Amino acid sequence: MIDWGILLEKSILILAVVTISLVIAMYATWAERKIAAVIQDRRGPNRAGPFGLLQPVADGLKLFMKEEIIPNASSKFLFIAGPALAMITALMTSAVIPWGPSINLFGRDINLQIADINIGMLYVFGVVSLGVYGIMIGGWASNNKFSLLAAIRGASQMISYELAMGLALIALLMLTGSLRLSVIVSQQSEGMFNWNVMYQPLGFIIFFICALAECNRTPFDLPEAENELNFGYHQEYSSMKLGFYLFAEYINMFISGVVMSTLFFGGYDIPFVNEANWGNAWWVGLVGFGVLMTKALFFVFVFMWIRWTIPRFRYDQLMNLGWKSLIPLSLLNMVITAVVILLLNK
Amino acid sequence: MGITQILFWILSVMALFSALMVITSKNPMHSVIWLIIVFFAISGHYLLLNAQFLAIVNIIVYAGAIMVLFLYVLMLMDLKKETEPAKNRWLKVAGAMAGGSLLLVLVAALRKVDIENGIAETRTGDIGLIENLGTALFTEYVVPFEISSILFLSAMVGAVVIGKKE
Repeated sequence: MIDWGILLEKSILILAVVTISLVIAMYATWAERKIAAVIQDRRGPNRAGPFGLLQPVADGLKLFMKEEIIPNASSKFLFIAGPALAMITALMTSAVIPWGPSINLFGRDINLQIADINIGMLYVFGVVSLGVYGIMIGGWASNNKFSLLAAIRGASQMISYELAMGLALIALLMLTGSLRLSVIVSQQSEGMFNWNVMYQPLGFIIFFICALAECNRTPFDLPEAENELNFGYHQEYSSMKLGFYLFAEYINMFISGVVMSTLFFGGYDIPFVNEANWGNAWWVGLVGFGVLMTKALFFVFVFMWIRWTIPRFRYDQLMNLGWKSLIPLSLLNMVITAVVILLLNK
Repeated sequence: MGITQILFWILSVMALFSALMVITSKNPMHSVIWLIIVFFAISGHYLLLNAQFLAIVNIIVYAGAIMVLFLYVLMLMDLKKETEPAKNRWLKVAGAMAGGSLLLVLVAALRKVDIENGIAETRTGDIGLIENLGTALFTEYVVPFEISSILFLSAMVGAVVIGKKE
């Protein structure tokens, strides 16, 4: 027997999460320009609407209206599949994130998480490892040497940084003892000193650097290094397919902000406030969701701040950092964590 | 038919069709992408058997890492030549014989399987969950587990040695 209530509940949740991700990605493009403008002492977008707030709408409209060009010599299906894959993998991670404490609405206990699976952390890691396909397939199907070079760079960069990211996650996993993201969040909800970042500061820094690299953000934006590769892996793309690639980057940024807040910064936990006895009214869920959003958007802001502050790495520097610094460092972090846990338990 | 059964049939058709496309596609790039779909279908089967850890590791390791490396190598090859030179006839015969003997071994091994009583436990059995699998691996099967990790280490060292040969 199918429980129609849960089907409806989950459908609404999926729709809401996808919509929110898309809207935030849309306004992240606006925020990026505004932050760039502030850092470079300019005004930024200020023509469309108050404070240029309608600029993302205008950009989206422009992208939709542009002529769509599909190169003759490439594989047409894969050319279209590239941006679609980039978008799907960007949105998939949101399925296991606990977006807020469970609430009681219309006499039902509603869990603000789409899927509370007991391999949550591995799922996040799996989706991250699939994220490379959008770039690779798109770059190859473009049948352009610059695109191909950019795709190869992107792939090798993502594979290299995935390793350090996974090792940082293993150290965290030793601490939590569970892969379920809802458990990880509730373990941290006692107060600010229970946040995982207090016990795993090095792990968090490694994870943060790897997240920058996985999102292809400066200083790791080698797949779209304009002055070396013209435009990068999406050079042959036009219209909304290009828009999807650019958009997926912002969604990835937002989602990695959410993942970092969930894993290291207590998720929807409010610092300095004990919200455990607030019950489960609808507004508690909303407040928790707002807190998670604040944390995630702060990370998005830091990503943008870094982009407009630090220049790009050279390719050999990128590989040296990944293989010779981050991986030994995360291995060390893992060993120290294991030893400390073993000593404390004895 | 319950949902589990419907999903089973969908996943099976998907896996078999994609597997056929892997070997019939002319373009190696397409073959690799079909193979990725096969892995996803198999992961779906694992999920139906409540083996969540196996399902996600299958995706991380095979779809997320090994196939990326396959694509990586293929992307660097010149795939423009549509006409691949035909293989030697004896090579074809040898290939058919090797494949046929593998099929024979598989059929012989599976012939005695008791299908009637060996019904898969869908959505029940919890040995596939990560806690139980981890406990089993690190207590009962710790020696084979450690030996296989040494095998991986030696493979890694071998790869580094080959890579440094210049």
